[in-house]
Amino acid sequence: MEKQSKKEYWHKNLMYVGILLSIWFLVSYVFGIFLVEELNQIQMGGFKLGFWFAQQGSIYVFVILIFIYVWLMNRLDKKFGVHED
Amino acid sequence: MDIQTWTYIIVGITFALYIGIAFWSKVGSTSDFYIAGSRVSPLANGMATAADWMSAASFISMAGLIAFMGYDGAVYLMGWTGGYVLLALLLAPYLRKFGKFTVPDFIGDRYYSNWARTVAVICAIIVSFTYVAGQMRGVGVVFARFLEVPIDLGVLIGMAIVFFYAVLGGMKGITYTQVAQYCILIFAYMVPAFFISIQLTGVVLPQIGFGSTLADGSGTYLLQKLNQLNLELGFAEYTSGSKSMIDVFAITFALMVGTAGLPHVIVRFFTVPRVRDARKSVGYALLFIAILYTTAPAIAAFARVNLIETVSTEEYEDVPEWFSNWEQTGLITFTDKNKDGRIKYVADEQQNELNIDRDIMVLANPEIANLPNWIVALVAAGGLAAALSTAAGLLLVISTSISHDLIKKQINPDISEKGELVWARLAAGFAVLVAGYFGINPPGFVAATVALAFGLAAASFFPAIILGIFDKRMNRQGAISGMVIGIVLMLFYMVKYKLGLLGGGTQEDWWFGISPEGFGTVAMFVNLFFSILISRMTMDPPEEVQQMVEDIRSPGKLE
Repeated sequence: MEKQSKKEYWHKNLMYVGILLSIWFLVSYVFGIFLVEELNQIQMGGFKLGFWFAQQGSIYVFVILIFIYVWLMNRLDKKFGVHED
Repeated sequence: MDIQTWTYIIVGITFALYIGIAFWSKVGSTSDFYIAGSRVSPLANGMATAADWMSAASFISMAGLIAFMGYDGAVYLMGWTGGYVLLALLLAPYLRKFGKFTVPDFIGDRYYSNWARTVAVICAIIVSFTYVAGQMRGVGVVFARFLEVPIDLGVLIGMAIVFFYAVLGGMKGITYTQVAQYCILIFAYMVPAFFISIQLTGVVLPQIGFGSTLADGSGTYLLQKLNQLNLELGFAEYTSGSKSMIDVFAITFALMVGTAGLPHVIVRFFTVPRVRDARKSVGYALLFIAILYTTAPAIAAFARVNLIETVSTEEYEDVPEWFSNWEQTGLITFTDKNKDGRIKYVADEQQNELNIDRDIMVLANPEIANLPNWIVALVAAGGLAAALSTAAGLLLVISTSISHDLIKKQINPDISEKGELVWARLAAGFAVLVAGYFGINPPGFVAATVALAFGLAAASFFPAIILGIFDKRMNRQGAISGMVIGIVLMLFYMVKYKLGLLGGGTQEDWWFGISPEGFGTVAMFVNLFFSILISRMTMDPPEEVQQMVEDIRSPGKLE
């Protein structure tokens, strides 16, 4: 890979990582811990929303985040011709 | 048939399976022994990672801890799953591209220094031994209750089984055993959860039942009921918890970063063929883990309701059979302080008459819910699978650290492959013995010890690996001093506030109000700070190392 496209590939990767980690931080630390009291005012079925994010919701989001990353990176690898096999 | 016969049958079958796999996957090369020849499929690796990493603490202790902690239990739930996002995005693909055998391998090569390698080996050994102690204790508890043997003998049986398949099959044997162990443990965990969820709420899926109304037709939500029961007995509201926000934050963060820095988890991503398989297998691993981790808080809430409703203010004469069963192991104790013959269970220590070891909640659950005996036995087999799979993964890290990173890479580079294998097996045997010793003389609560292992991993490895990939300017001076400062600081805090040595201290003396479990977060940031500071004051890393960092940043071969 040329130096220029290598840089571009790495920056794209860092951008994906940055966005996905922001969501990771939002659902766990912000929704589940910092704003838990505020979100607990909202009732969702039998759950208080903040409690739900802390004990269930954030885990679902984590799983989805990883699979989105896998999909994005596979696409990026192909685009830059660095995919294996 | 009674519980004990069922347990002998089911545990016997699973043990025979593990031994069978060990024979089938006997290895003859170091690459097979260390990383299963890098031929494991991402799906199998995901299952193996899930079993490897979900320990006795996850299976046996976690739901029980959450049942007593309420909202605060989120530290384990988010902390032990969120780390996989970090692993997938920041570590696994790059380490796979680097493509050697161990974590100290990466540290040693990236920081062009055998000093760095040695520091990493010492950190890996400290982390793994702290962690493995908890597993052996878990094995002992399960044996003590279900096979009615003394805890010490239970530990010895567990040691013998792990010794057999870890020494014979290395990583290859461990991987396929762990796939089997995952299937057993998840089945064992889910079956009682389904039944209890139906009994209490009428909903099959515990994840949904957890937020549903009670099946008694009252229209009250389960969690509403639980809050009410907790308040009546003088505890904090279940959905609010009682820890400070900063401590919840610190513990969650330390567990996440610690998960991403655990050497026995990281090494699993060396076993898949390609970089993209490494990414994908982290996804599978978390998916498989999430099945258990989203069930655990539901089980916790169910168990808590069941416990309070069946035991609190009950005549001692009329307690259910499971109560007396567990009393015999000493894990439930009742002292009739006011001599009225009733069990009084309240928050106030002066008046409370019931003490329950948190570790028994999952194991006792099927009995509490009156499920058939074979399910009780199945849960015992699941607990053993969880404990043994993690113990095996940790033992392998210890054994490779010694045979590969110390002997092959530093003491005797000319050693033959056969010789290295002999050392790997000897080291595995030695590690089993040490682990067994800790299992018989346990250092405390299972989950508490495990949480500290995460803090140690967070304080030592995580920054060195992340900086090694994302900061080209990071050099050996920075990384080594960061690791040393991080782990020493964490050990100091742990010894002082957890073990009460060096003057000890109570909750009021904690730094920034952060508990030993959460202190890994502080130690990690201190490590990061000093790594960066010292690296900027010293020389750039050599050209070929910078080239190597470039190289691991993309999956394809460089032209």
